[in-house]
Amino acid sequence: MKLVRLIEGSRQRPKLLVRVGLGVLALLVVIDAVPMLVDKEHAHTAAERWPGFWAVFGFVSCALIVFLSKAFGHAGIMKREEYYDE
Amino acid sequence: MSSLWLHPAFLLLLGAALLPLVPERLRKGWLLWVPLLVFGRTCLLSPMVFGEVQFLDWTLTFGRVDKLSLVFGYILSLMAVLGTLYGLHVRRVGEHVAAWTYAGASLGAIYAGDFLTLFLFWELMALSSVFLIWYRGRPGSLGAGYRYLLVHLAGGVALLAGILLHYQATHSLAFDTLDVANPTLATYLVMAGFLLNAAVPPLHAWLPDAYGEATFSGSVFLCAFTTKTAVYALCRGLPGLDLLVPLGVIMALYGVVYAVLENDCRRLLAYHIISQVGYMVAAVGLGDPGTPLGELAINGACAHAFAHILYKGLLFMGCGTVLHQTGESRFTHLGGLYARMPWTFVFTLIGGLSISAFPLFSGFVSKSMIVAAGFESHQLWVGFGLMLASSGTFLHTGLKVPYFIWFGERHASPAVWERARDPGWNMTAAMVITSALCVFIGCYTPYLYERLPFPVDYHPYTSYHLSETMQVLLFTALGFFLFRRYLVPEPTISLDLDWFYRRGGRAFLWLAQWPIRRLDEWVGERYRRGGLVPLMGVVGWVAQFDRRVIDGVVDGLAGALGRLAGRVRSTQRGSVQENLTLALVGVVLLILGLVLVF
Repeated sequence: MKLVRLIEGSRQRPKLLVRVGLGVLALLVVIDAVPMLVDKEHAHTAAERWPGFWAVFGFVSCALIVFLSKAFGHAGIMKREEYYDE
Repeated sequence: MSSLWLHPAFLLLLGAALLPLVPERLRKGWLLWVPLLVFGRTCLLSPMVFGEVQFLDWTLTFGRVDKLSLVFGYILSLMAVLGTLYGLHVRRVGEHVAAWTYAGASLGAIYAGDFLTLFLFWELMALSSVFLIWYRGRPGSLGAGYRYLLVHLAGGVALLAGILLHYQATHSLAFDTLDVANPTLATYLVMAGFLLNAAVPPLHAWLPDAYGEATFSGSVFLCAFTTKTAVYALCRGLPGLDLLVPLGVIMALYGVVYAVLENDCRRLLAYHIISQVGYMVAAVGLGDPGTPLGELAINGACAHAFAHILYKGLLFMGCGTVLHQTGESRFTHLGGLYARMPWTFVFTLIGGLSISAFPLFSGFVSKSMIVAAGFESHQLWVGFGLMLASSGTFLHTGLKVPYFIWFGERHASPAVWERARDPGWNMTAAMVITSALCVFIGCYTPYLYERLPFPVDYHPYTSYHLSETMQVLLFTALGFFLFRRYLVPEPTISLDLDWFYRRGGRAFLWLAQWPIRRLDEWVGERYRRGGLVPLMGVVGWVAQFDRRVIDGVVDGLAGALGRLAGRVRSTQRGSVQENLTLALVGVVLLILGLVLVF
């Protein structure tokens, strides 16, 4: 099973994975900042012209969704699995 | 009438009706060929009107073919092929019959040219699809099916009421664009019927309830047909209805919030249907007919429905495979399965990347049309709200589902671990074809764009759009890996608005058991004391009267008569001559008396 070996091979090098991942993230923001590469003429708001605006948007969105949803869930929405069977 | 038999819906319904009669050795061939035939038929359709039937005062139109119905008919019949292939090994004939009847009814609704035909097929969809839930056969399946059916019948009643009011006002049953600028009660009732099937909050709770409970292959059908037929109906009937824009954005975010809390992978996917259909509903709201923005929005709704049917089908196939192989669909009972079912992981990941709108996958070329329409409508909250939901989509479907099933901590019991392996040829083939289509749509845009109802002047692969999408998605991934310990699924269920009718049913039961029964007992006691007890007293008194007075009188009379008879008997000696003589004398005296008197 080549596919399983490929997955296991990458799992055995967590540090490399993290470095590559962070490198890609940094590269994305850098590319976004170069007008030659990313043409922002069609951006809809001024904020979108800031380099890395969507990176911040994505990260903040993720954090908001995780923490607000969990807070909502723990405010009484999440119940035991047998809740409706009692 | 002759052309009616070439209607794709009728072909599939006929195939379903004959399926139980097909001998078992030919069944798999029938299951493969009938949907292919139906798909071939939809491919050959061109804009026209056929299958018009006179019924009472009305002309029913079964085959209205135009660009809008063509794109939906094409993708839904393709999904019928893929769904049937996926469930080909299922031995229960009834389940295939239900799935085909459901898919056929959906095609019937797509090509319906009048409201009455639409309603007929609309109801048939609900009545046939419920069997896909009941066939699961778990203790909870029966109740889930009944809830699904009751909710849909309620929506059907709203739709019918709307149709009747519309007919009364316009004397037309034609299913065309309603006047959304001047909505009437009829418009709102028709809208409510459509929105219920599109699972728009607060009319959405049936969807995760039912799709999480259906059979492993039934959910593949369910996730494609009901909501997308409703999106078609909205595109046809209510384009440009402003109310749909906020509803769509709320929907897109609502599904995301509940997906965080969900522990069952198929229920999580079901919440993401709500989220994704939210994009389409918002697009229909932006789709003012006759404007370039409206055309972009309606194109976006159709394109996203098209892409969504495939990638959501693929995701339900992947998670359905996990359920089918292991018998488990809860994250807290899975984990670490990549070594056991690696290919299922790859296919599910392709579905996850497609729904998340990764470049080169189908969602990228469809979802972005809607977001672009949102921004171009100058309602920035629409664009940003939908981008926020995109982040959530990747967080759950692209990351949470694959991570907590195939990676993460291993929670699988030894039995689950032992059973977990990649599926048989037909399930694999269905996932391979669907994955290939998801990638093909993302890479070769004309395949999708040339089928859309309006000419497309939209280019998804611009540097800005690529940069924007990759940043949002990959920084969401960063968030996932930083916060993943907060995202570890918990063995819970989440209360949704179905609480009101699930617990409401209990409140009714409680009402029946306690106050109503108490009242019944109290009334019974009053009746006993106030009615029965006095009545029994009167009856007792009457009995006494009967025994003492009436019986006494009757007995006394009888005794007196007996004594008199004894005395009379002593005057008789039994001689016939004396008696005759006495009788004769008596008669003579009587006649003499009468003569003297008169």
